[in-house]
Amino acid sequence: MSEGRLRKLIMGDAQADRVVPPSGFTAQLTLFVSGAMAFLAVFALALSLASGRLATRWADELARAATLRINAPAEQRVAQTEAALTILRQTPGVASARAFTTEEQIELLAPWFGSALPIDSLPVPQLIEVIEGDPGYDGTGLRLRLQAELPGAVLDDHTRWRAPLVDAARALRRLGAVSILLIAGATAAMITLAANAALAANAQVIEVLRLVGALDSYIAHAFVRRFTLRALGGAAVGVVLGMFGVWLMPAASNEGGFLTGLGFQGWAWGLPLLIPPLGALVAFAATTRAAKKRLGDLT
Amino acid sequence: MIELENVGYNYGGGELLSDVSVKLAPGSFHFLTGPSGAGKTTLLKLCYGALTPTSGRVRAFNMDVQGLDRDQMAHLRRRVGVVHQDCRFLDHLPVIENIALPLIVSGKDLSQEEANLRELLNWVGLSQRADALPPELSGGERQRAALARSVILSPDVIIADEPTGNVDWEMSQRLLQLLVELNRMGKTILVATHDMALIRAAKKQVQARVLRISAKQLIQAGADL
Ligand SMILES: Nc1ncnc2c1ncn2[C@@H]1O[C@H](COP(=O)(O)OP(=O)(O)OP(=O)(O)O)[C@@H](O)[C@H]1O
Ligand SMILES: [Mg+2]
Repeated sequence: MSEGRLRKLIMGDAQADRVVPPSGFTAQLTLFVSGAMAFLAVFALALSLASGRLATRWADELARAATLRINAPAEQRVAQTEAALTILRQTPGVASARAFTTEEQIELLAPWFGSALPIDSLPVPQLIEVIEGDPGYDGTGLRLRLQAELPGAVLDDHTRWRAPLVDAARALRRLGAVSILLIAGATAAMITLAANAALAANAQVIEVLRLVGALDSYIAHAFVRRFTLRALGGAAVGVVLGMFGVWLMPAASNEGGFLTGLGFQGWAWGLPLLIPPLGALVAFAATTRAAKKRLGDLT
Repeated sequence: MIELENVGYNYGGGELLSDVSVKLAPGSFHFLTGPSGAGKTTLLKLCYGALTPTSGRVRAFNMDVQGLDRDQMAHLRRRVGVVHQDCRFLDHLPVIENIALPLIVSGKDLSQEEANLRELLNWVGLSQRADALPPELSGGERQRAALARSVILSPDVIIADEPTGNVDWEMSQRLLQLLVELNRMGKTILVATHDMALIRAAKKQVQARVLRISAKQLIQAGADL
């Protein structure tokens, strides 16, 4: 579409607009449909983004999830740590294992005991970071083996239970994306129906316009412009209401978990603003197609 | 301007017109007559491309009408002013906008045509009714508005289907006067009518030829009618 045509579509031509009689009912239907669909699209988008964020965060925690704690008398600590590392390296599904250095351990404990901790003189367990590979290791098997060989070692992989939740969050994100596509499709379908109804109701007008020498593109334009602007307006209202609804949701918190995280963060607040132009684009395409088809059927 | 060569037409229920040949020369004035249902409107529609002949060829401005696509057809309509038997207005627009409709749809700047439009309204005597809606007009007013609309783009050819169909004698004289004036300005005119008195009146003012549809054929009626 040339720039001139685009400008004409948006600015409109007051005269051209008048040649098609105002149609109250289909106009309101289009407004309502695009508003409702935009509202739904905002929530689908919020859901999709929130579950995406959740999946990433959980997956992240999973990746650096497990720690192995070795509780042993000071003189056996080094030997047991070595033994544990050997076992871990032999375990399939463990990508890497690394003992924390003393400095790292002090750092980890600092929030509780202050940094001036004489860690060597305390019975602080040695920590080993276990990075899981893909596919992961067999937690039960590893535990049994550790129990048999190093009774003082405790495998702490409490975040592993979240693995199926990560999958669920990812599936939820996909569902959100599919919903947005379905909403776009349903909008296109409904606007096509409304445009066809308007074209049929104005068959006489179209005939007269053809008789006085109007090009198909001129006639189509009169309808397309209307429906595009209505879809734009309706979607704008729907998005504003939808964003307000999302904004009213409580802010993300750890206790609330998933539900309170349902919202937009930072730049993502800009995403719903794309919905009205996209809705207008959908309406433009749907009406153009409907008008082309119907005008082509005429003689 | 417009030329029919061995044209035949048939709506599906048997041949209505067959082997019709006629040539409308520039600046000529033709009447088309014949009994109701003989096919006058059909023949006019063939002339301005609203129907395509089932046999033969129609040429307008040296173009084969059958070969035109929809956009070319729209451009042809702008060069041929048509007064339809049933006028065909947009009922939601006032008379003045209906008359200006060909200007509007061809993207002309209305503000520049304002004076022309006023003059035309005056010429057809509708200045007072400019803002009325078409359904509020009398039969004669509608016919005059239709005539005004047909000439707004100053086409070379004007085709009028029963332009005096439902008006009294005085009004039909006025409409004829308008057509005669257009012809004197060099326009090619084709008028379908079954009003013999109108044809006689016209013949006093212009050199008009009379075509008659009879038994599916088009024949040149004699000077005597
Ligand atoms: N769209 C159509 N489909 C089928 N038949 C039609 C159609 N239009 C017209 N006819 C028939 O074709 C014949 C000629 O119609 P047409 O309108 O050309 O007559 P006419 O000479 O203009 O008559 P009138 O003087 O009453 O206006 C009529 O018998 C009419 O019923
Ligand atoms: Mg007729």
